[in-house]
Amino acid sequence: MTWFEKIIPSRIKTERRTRSVPEGLWVKCEACDAVLYRAELDRNLSVCPKCAHHMRIGARERLKRFLDQGSASELAVNVEPEDPLRFRDSKRYKDRLLASQKATGEKDALIVMMGTLLGLELVTAAFEFRFMGGSMGSVVGEKFARAVTHAISFKMPFVCFSSSGGARMQEGLYSLMQMAKTSAALAQLSQAGLPFISVLTDPTTGGVSASLAMLGDVNIGEPRALIGFAGPRVIEQTVRETLPEGFQRSEFLLSHGAIDLILDRRDQRERIGSLLRLLMRQPAVV
Amino acid sequence: MDLNFLSFEQPIAELEAKIDQLRYLGEDASVNIRDEVTRLQIKSAALTRSIFAALTPWQIAQIARHPQRPYTLDYIPLIFTDFEELHGDRMFAEDLAIVGGPARLDGKPVMLIGHQKGRDTKERVRRNYGMPKPEGYRKALRLMRLAERFGLPLITLIDTPGAYPGIGSEERNQSEAIARNLFEMATLKVPIVSAVIGEGGSGGALAIGVCDQLLMLQYAVYSVISPEGCASILWKSSDKKEIAADAMGITAQRLAQQRLVDLVIAEPLGGAHREPVVTAEALKTALISTLDGLVSKPLDQLLEARSRRLASFGAFRSI
Repeated sequence: MTWFEKIIPSRIKTERRTRSVPEGLWVKCEACDAVLYRAELDRNLSVCPKCAHHMRIGARERLKRFLDQGSASELAVNVEPEDPLRFRDSKRYKDRLLASQKATGEKDALIVMMGTLLGLELVTAAFEFRFMGGSMGSVVGEKFARAVTHAISFKMPFVCFSSSGGARMQEGLYSLMQMAKTSAALAQLSQAGLPFISVLTDPTTGGVSASLAMLGDVNIGEPRALIGFAGPRVIEQTVRETLPEGFQRSEFLLSHGAIDLILDRRDQRERIGSLLRLLMRQPAVV
Repeated sequence: MDLNFLSFEQPIAELEAKIDQLRYLGEDASVNIRDEVTRLQIKSAALTRSIFAALTPWQIAQIARHPQRPYTLDYIPLIFTDFEELHGDRMFAEDLAIVGGPARLDGKPVMLIGHQKGRDTKERVRRNYGMPKPEGYRKALRLMRLAERFGLPLITLIDTPGAYPGIGSEERNQSEAIARNLFEMATLKVPIVSAVIGEGGSGGALAIGVCDQLLMLQYAVYSVISPEGCASILWKSSDKKEIAADAMGITAQRLAQQRLVDLVIAEPLGGAHREPVVTAEALKTALISTLDGLVSKPLDQLLEARSRRLASFGAFRSI
């Protein structure tokens, strides 16, 4: 297909089609504006087949697709959030929780699953960004700690996909302390000689970036993911200058030595599977 | 307006000004004036007591940030002896927003690390308003490892608005610098006592604050985000900082109720800056007795207890 064929007819075609098909069947890529068939996009792990833009993907979906088919079983399910401060801004924290639970079908912003990856048993966790911006409160911290405990008990490696705006302010200092709690759990995992691979996905900032997400034995970024301690707006306001192009993106972090590598989502199963086998001194997959 | 007093202390400031005036007039000490001064002094103390008995969390945050509040380097000569400040992270730079080095507490060697703000404008800029960059946290980590190597208990004094959010900070990976300290402190093989002496600003505070026992001065604050930051995100206006300060529960009293703080150290009437020596004495006593309780423990029990303490943080339902 030439560039001309690629652009013109598809636009005309999709315009005609969108009128006749139910809503949500087509998705527009926010990076290249290509109109994509949702089923195809899902098959492609929410990576745009045209420009390889990595769209955000739900935690449960991500883990199920990451683990070997049919091997996933969920851990630490029976932990639910509380409202220790009876926090209220324009809305009550309780109502925000309920709204997020309804919208996502999840109890809180972290999902933990065990299963196999290319036959190797492991524990995995993923942040659900749609649940209050993936913010880390007591439930996230506790589920993360339980995931690590499980990995230690069964001598399994641990992989976590982070996607979070940071600590959950509505839980006050409890949320800050989750940074200490999750980091302490990882220190135990490290002492048990088990590998932790941290996959930083878009976006990973604040208290999550400044604790568990940067503590991987191997830190992996997804292409173009925003990763940083402070949000770009806060930095701009503080230093009063425009930020350099590509600032706080995975590629920026890679060139500054902050992450080990960048992996396309579609390669993660193979590459992380192989990497874990290397670190666990297991034979290669045939 | 007297800048040494906060806005809610202005009635006290007026009384104190009147007392000073009378004293000046009464150099030749007529009995009447002396009586009047005594009467006003009693009134001033009563007024201070009543104002300080009903402080709001936001007012407490202002005391925690008071420009005259004692900082780490003010406490050191009042609490420790033989302090030798060590500089630099051995990799990139010296960060003056964190100070540290070995010292003696009650004659016994310890390692001391603390945030440091500046007193005047020039000093504030030099110390970056007490906001460390990655090299500050890495210097702290270097000193922690030094403490571990030589078996010196670690004491950290917390007083920062937060870690510095700048371009250079991100380039040198502020996130990793903070995370690494949390990770290392969790299993550091010496007792760790932390004390919040002023502002405990989020991850920038916690990065030297993972400990066996957490102490807090009465009018210090400790929070996940500044009241202004919280207000501008959740209320879309930093004017709501007073409400945010209240909602987040940032005071020593609230945090002790949540069992996130182990001991609250009472401050003199009017706050630490009114009587730095008295405050230092109280802090010293608390540090000595807390440390005594920790150094007597065998190492494995100490680390086990720290691990349990860190794992216990959180409020959730387990069904």
